[in-house]
Amino acid sequence: MKLEKTGGILIVRLDGELDHHYATKIREAVDGAVMVGDVRKIIFDFTGVGFMDSSGIGTLMGRYKLMQTLGGSVGVFGISPRLDKLLSMSGIKKIISIYNSEKEAVGGVS
Amino acid sequence: MQYSNEMKIIFPNKSSNEGFARVAVAAFAAQLDLTVEEMSDIKTAVSEAVTNAIVHGYENLKGYITVECKILDNTIEITVNDSGHGIADVEKARQPLYTSRPELERSGMGFTVMETFMDEVSVTSALGVGTTVTMKKRISPKE
Ligand SMILES: Nc1ncnc2c1ncn2[C@@H]1O[C@H](COP(=O)(O)OP(=O)(O)O)[C@@H](O)[C@H]1O
Ligand SMILES: [Mg+2]
Repeated sequence: MKLEKTGGILIVRLDGELDHHYATKIREAVDGAVMVGDVRKIIFDFTGVGFMDSSGIGTLMGRYKLMQTLGGSVGVFGISPRLDKLLSMSGIKKIISIYNSEKEAVGGVS
Repeated sequence: MQYSNEMKIIFPNKSSNEGFARVAVAAFAAQLDLTVEEMSDIKTAVSEAVTNAIVHGYENLKGYITVECKILDNTIEITVNDSGHGIADVEKARQPLYTSRPELERSGMGFTVMETFMDEVSVTSALGVGTTVTMKKRISPKE
């Protein structure tokens, strides 16, 4: 996982398998970076995620709630058809933005 | 019943074993002629059941999880068992978005995911005794 912060945008580059084990690490790292301050938007880069279970939904939901209390937002890009199927099941696509590319995500066009 | 092959693994409730369980079941299932999609379905369902055993079954207890796989013709049957807290109301637990642990960022979608990716899911549970989840998937014949 790599975190990059530029101008109020926190990009979280995920890698590997997003299960409950990895989810607890993501939560710690991302919330830590957000608490440092000045994050208006968290963007998750899913390009490197080869596996995800429902823990990933919980992780996105949790970051959405956190950003809501701070008046910010959450977006994702790099979603494979399989991950898209999982996200669709939970209704989370109604509350976070799914982008087709990093450029779109950073630019904020949905 | 005469299974053509079977295996059993037993491991402690450490979250790092979630990945181990997925890979072990995938390696066993590979003797069936699976599509990439079918393999992902199985790995995802196993991940959900094993995570539940760790997060909910044992919560702050220590214990072992048993995963058994059996192959009969074109069907793989996977059983995940814990000797943890058990589930008070299985019907309620299986409902989409129901979670008893929202503070742990569970989404309540685990059983729904198992049901979506497997053909049959049955749950037997008793409070203070533990939970057994049995899942079956029929593998479509390939050309
Ligand atoms: N092995 C288990 N032991 C005890 N309770 C369980 C077990 N598996 C599931 N549950 C209960 O069923 C609920 C729903 O499970 P699930 O659909 O996987 O959602 P989640 O894990 O996100 O809460 C859990 O919140 C928990 O209360
Ligand atoms: Mg679960």
